[in-house]
Amino acid sequence: MTSDTLRDAPVRLSVRGLAKSYDTKRGSVPVIADLTFDVRVGEIACIVGPSGIGKTTLLKCLTGLQSISSGQALIDGRPIDGPPEEMALVFQEYTRSLMPWLTVEKNVRLPLKHLRLPAAEREERIRGALAAVGLAGAESKYPWQLSGGMQQRVAIARAIAYRPEVLVMDEPFASVDAQTRFELEDLCLRIREQFGMTIVVVTHDIDEAVYLSDRVIVLGERPARVTEIIDVDFGGARDQLTTRAVPEFAELRSEVFELIRKAG
Amino acid sequence: MVFTSSIPARTSVARRAGRSGTPRWVLIGTEVLVPIVLLGLWWVSSANSTNTFFPPLQVILERLLQLVQTPTFLVDVGSSLGNLLLSFVLASVIGVLLGAALGLVPALAWFVEPTIHFFRAIPPVALVPIFVSLIGFGNETRILSITLAALFPVLISTMDGIRGTEPTLAMVSRVYRIGWFDRLVSVTLPAASPRILSGMQVSLITAFVVMIASEMLGSSTGLGAATLLAQQSFAIADMWVGILVLGVIGYATTAVFTLFRRRVLRWYLASQQQEKNA
Repeated sequence: MTSDTLRDAPVRLSVRGLAKSYDTKRGSVPVIADLTFDVRVGEIACIVGPSGIGKTTLLKCLTGLQSISSGQALIDGRPIDGPPEEMALVFQEYTRSLMPWLTVEKNVRLPLKHLRLPAAEREERIRGALAAVGLAGAESKYPWQLSGGMQQRVAIARAIAYRPEVLVMDEPFASVDAQTRFELEDLCLRIREQFGMTIVVVTHDIDEAVYLSDRVIVLGERPARVTEIIDVDFGGARDQLTTRAVPEFAELRSEVFELIRKAG
Repeated sequence: MVFTSSIPARTSVARRAGRSGTPRWVLIGTEVLVPIVLLGLWWVSSANSTNTFFPPLQVILERLLQLVQTPTFLVDVGSSLGNLLLSFVLASVIGVLLGAALGLVPALAWFVEPTIHFFRAIPPVALVPIFVSLIGFGNETRILSITLAALFPVLISTMDGIRGTEPTLAMVSRVYRIGWFDRLVSVTLPAASPRILSGMQVSLITAFVVMIASEMLGSSTGLGAATLLAQQSFAIADMWVGILVLGVIGYATTAVFTLFRRRVLRWYLASQQQEKNA
């Protein structure tokens, strides 16, 4: 997949003037002021910004877990007013998002139960998802028997097997070691290639954002606004060593870093 | 990547490590041996007893052998055990269902919870006379008393367990659009199961106490009634047999429940153990 075809792809996720405020005893506290951006089919978009800017709140609005105060979030042109069936979410805390009483295989199976798939397709999806994340052979283990990186792979496999059009991840690799983080970033790129999913990642890691993204959405100010949207043209195939070594990588990294520092 | 170990291997390793190297057979041996030694001590020290109220253990056991061949005794044991099990199962089912409803619907809990805590505060045994005067001396009275008394521990622990469910799991269920029934059965109840089973354990003990009390208050069947009658008619050996059999029933039901809990919560116990070793 080249960047040019991505730029021409139809818009999958569209955020239009989205605002969110929480009602408290002392009145309404705005968290997100006004966000507008698009994510196209097959793109990986990273949302970055200083901590406490409301990135997780934004994800909860996008996935329909929280209501939007004003503006709109649209998936394929349809307003999101509850968790859409075309979406899956990977949480940061894998220890809390997996069911400790279910084996790896049953964790992946759980969301598929109510989809009423033909048995053969369901089994194939489970097998394929576990193979894609490198967990073939670990089906009958329990999540707590696995390392952190492995547990996050289970959560990703559960999301893939659900076959969402949009895969949303909330700081998915924040709690794993550096080596595992690189592996999981590459896994993320492979998933996009293999399943053609649109992926939205919230991260506080600038290198990760530049490495993964076709588009980096930088949030700033409080309440949050879009400071800048930066296109990243490294194409679909990236490599931890060579991609990170090109001069454009360093330039983009500095650019994003500068924006976040100004915003914070 | 190689995945070699499976749960049983891991947990038996963990168990051994957790108990600081004491081999398993020693632990089981101790558990069996201690009661046998105590019975032996009882046997020896009571052998020449002339005290009417403390007959030799030998006399008690001989009486036990005679009694198990009489239909009335078997009916008493059957009645006690039947009431205990039926009431415990009823209390568990009602308690989990009601506790789940109260845990899931805050508005409902708001209305009902004060009432529940009021009735829970009354010692369960004190309810028996009320039921006797309301519905008489029938078996239904006993079942009702035991069930009601055993209801509260499991009800309250289910409610708390469901309220304490990890919020991330609730979000996962919503994102994957798992329906409310599947969510209850596949997510909420399993997540609350450690708390629920602790509540059930307390319910079982409560049920046992109220079972005996309900039989001692104006009933003519059941081990409690038989034991009390034996005491009142100076059949001291019969009284001791009753107490001994009650003890065995109490121990056996608790032991069976512990095995059940260990089986159901295997994932929980093993993951706790894992955490401790990490």
